[in-house]
Amino acid sequence: MSALPTTARGGPEPTEDVDDFRARARSWAAANLRPADRRHLEVSIKTKRDEEEELAEIASERQLQRRLYDAGFAGVCVPQSYGGQGLTPGHQRALNEAFEGYEFPVWFQVPTLSPCMAVILEFGTEEQKQRHIPAILRGEELWMQLLSEPSGGSDVAGALTSAVRDGDSWILNGSKVWTTGAWWSDWGMCLARTNWEVPKHRGLTVFMLPLRQPGVEIHRIEMLNGNREFCQEFFTDVVVPDSDRIGEVDDGWTVGVRWMFHERMLYDSPLVTFPLGVVRSVGATSLTDLARAVGNQDDPRVRDLIGEARMLDVVAHKLQERIGSGMRSGAISEPAAAIPRLFQGVSTSRLQTIAFDIAGAAGAAWTEDDGAAAGRGIDFLTRQVSQIGGGTTEMARNVISERLLGMPRERSVDRDVPFREVPRGPSSRPDGREPSEQRPRPGPGPPAGRHG
Amino acid sequence: MLFDLTADQEFLRETTARFLVDQVPPSRLRALRNDPVGYDPDYWRRGAELGWTSLLVADRHGGGSISGQALVDATLLAHEFGRHAAPGPMLPCNLVAGALSATPSEPGIALLDGLLRGTAVAGWCFAEGHVAGHLPGGLTTEIHIDGAEAVVEGVKRPVESAASASHLLVTGRTGSGLTQVLVPADAPGLSVTPMRSLDLTRRFCSVTFEQVRVPVSAVLGPPGGAGAHVADQLRQGLVLLCAESVGAIQAGFDMTSEWAFDRYSFGRPLASYQALKHRFADMKTSLEAAHGITDAAAAAVADDADEADELVSVAKAFVGEYGAEVLHDCVQLHGGIGVTFEHDLHLFLRRLTLDRALLGTPADHRLRIADLLEKREAA
Repeated sequence: MSALPTTARGGPEPTEDVDDFRARARSWAAANLRPADRRHLEVSIKTKRDEEEELAEIASERQLQRRLYDAGFAGVCVPQSYGGQGLTPGHQRALNEAFEGYEFPVWFQVPTLSPCMAVILEFGTEEQKQRHIPAILRGEELWMQLLSEPSGGSDVAGALTSAVRDGDSWILNGSKVWTTGAWWSDWGMCLARTNWEVPKHRGLTVFMLPLRQPGVEIHRIEMLNGNREFCQEFFTDVVVPDSDRIGEVDDGWTVGVRWMFHERMLYDSPLVTFPLGVVRSVGATSLTDLARAVGNQDDPRVRDLIGEARMLDVVAHKLQERIGSGMRSGAISEPAAAIPRLFQGVSTSRLQTIAFDIAGAAGAAWTEDDGAAAGRGIDFLTRQVSQIGGGTTEMARNVISERLLGMPRERSVDRDVPFREVPRGPSSRPDGREPSEQRPRPGPGPPAGRHG
Repeated sequence: MLFDLTADQEFLRETTARFLVDQVPPSRLRALRNDPVGYDPDYWRRGAELGWTSLLVADRHGGGSISGQALVDATLLAHEFGRHAAPGPMLPCNLVAGALSATPSEPGIALLDGLLRGTAVAGWCFAEGHVAGHLPGGLTTEIHIDGAEAVVEGVKRPVESAASASHLLVTGRTGSGLTQVLVPADAPGLSVTPMRSLDLTRRFCSVTFEQVRVPVSAVLGPPGGAGAHVADQLRQGLVLLCAESVGAIQAGFDMTSEWAFDRYSFGRPLASYQALKHRFADMKTSLEAAHGITDAAAAAVADDADEADELVSVAKAFVGEYGAEVLHDCVQLHGGIGVTFEHDLHLFLRRLTLDRALLGTPADHRLRIADLLEKREAA
């Protein structure tokens, strides 16, 4: 984590100690923030939402982020020269404690602050940082990561979106997918292929581009539960100035590796605000409500399921703490971030199954009178989202076994040959209009279990 | 086990580990298989010199924590016991020593000296071997006060090391409250029946109390007023069982990882097959989760935190269930050799399986978690 801003860079030494900072944040929150509503307390995949409602929510989140900025609580670990506070991860943790129980800008955290802002901080030029980081912290720029493609979600380095040099600019063509809320976002960070004649990891470059511009077409994807937050973008001759390139030409994988590291960190990143008490999945607390609504709360089988659900929730949390602290102290290496990601993915699926089992038939066929049990089966239908979004659990298992346990890597046929010669299969076309083998990437207000 | 230990903690862990490697290698554990006591008294006495029985005892009674979190220190000991499937009455001696120090009495302090030096052994008569017999509320053994004597009536099982113990700490009920009394193992009316157990070296008995009478001075604290102390001992016992289990899982996992690199099939190491690599990733995840929840529970109990009871039950439910899956996976990955007596893997599987069943099964603790959750929500 050497490149993470563990202390202020370019700013003065932290002047306010953690306890004072926490106390100041607490009293500010009490005077200025509303109590958290369900949206702030339980971050899980949303079903169909009203479009205007969603836009209003985003607008109010921008204002909330601005108020945090004005009060000196935005960008705690970002250097002061870029509009941040120049403080430490300890201060960020204190802020997470101080904001417990209050509203916070859910949609601003991931992927805007991390991984997008994290990547700009790490690889951006001074001009790029000055242009975007203060604007992000003020709530003026919402970012999306343009990483996954219809041709493959896990094989990120196999990107087919192409960028061709044209004088001082680049011309982008191709398609990206699984961006949450791209239709109301401002900027995208995009991994594109700039060289087809070299092995796949050596011909990639990272760009940033405004999402509302000619040549960028955004389609919303309807998920099987009616959710329409995910989008697919189509790029047709989109012009990107070379000054909006991040990192070196053809060296995008260097950026990409760190990008995906920040992606796995998700809410554990010191750049992200995530108040204590926010559960990232269907919690056991809501299961007790559910059981009461169904009337089976005294059934020992149901109590066993509730006990199991609560166990998984608590263990997931403590595992995250263990791995996070081990990584901070250097006791374990970065690939260990895949461990809590795998646990959370699998356990969240299990929690959805438990919820559906408690709900019984009313989870599958219901009326409005069925209360908390109504439609719980919908979450069961999308249960695997937690094992797909943000990198599949299969990829996490590869990372753990190969990079943490040192087991031999899978044989690869695409490493040492020009990318142009890598077999791509009949279903994969550069225009990307036939999605296959896809994975959603984290967007803001993420679906259940998306963190690593 | 924590990633970052203090120098003193690491010293305790390291000296314990080296002593165990030297004194009780697997060959020695196998040799103790039919030994009625399960360990050599001199081994236990020398272990006590390393601090094995002192960690939960107050400074003024000759013990002392090395980090300020006594139970966390004790988990390091338990972890190494699990990692080496070590013999000896680690669990009962520590719990009873802690109890005698927490509620000092004349006979208690006398016994404590022997426990600290490793020359005496004690047993804790708590569980009653029936449904809910692992929870204080489910105990049926009665301790009533008759003039200057306390009278114990009931059956306790399984009681670890009861056959080698000079004294037994009995937890029973007095009216609606709980009482703990220290009973000499040779008291009239007390009978000890050895049981068989899964573990090669740990010994358990069924202990029957028929109108066993001891002076009231042997009662720890006021009769009927031991509830909080019993809850403490139970929390400590559960944490130590989990820590020991995590040590056993770690040993099995390490052994199996090494095997996966060394063993070749079809011209490739087992570790090169994705189907097996993914199982290792799942095992590693369960192992780390078991470490994380056990350390969290230990810290919460040591700090007397509000969530201690819940974390302890979560740890016991998780470690027993997921740990057993990991070790059975280790067996599977070893193939036939993994189910032989000759291979060491079963030493750890036995240890974990025994610990999984003591002081409440995973299913028992899942129900307790649901109860605690409901209680908290109602509050």
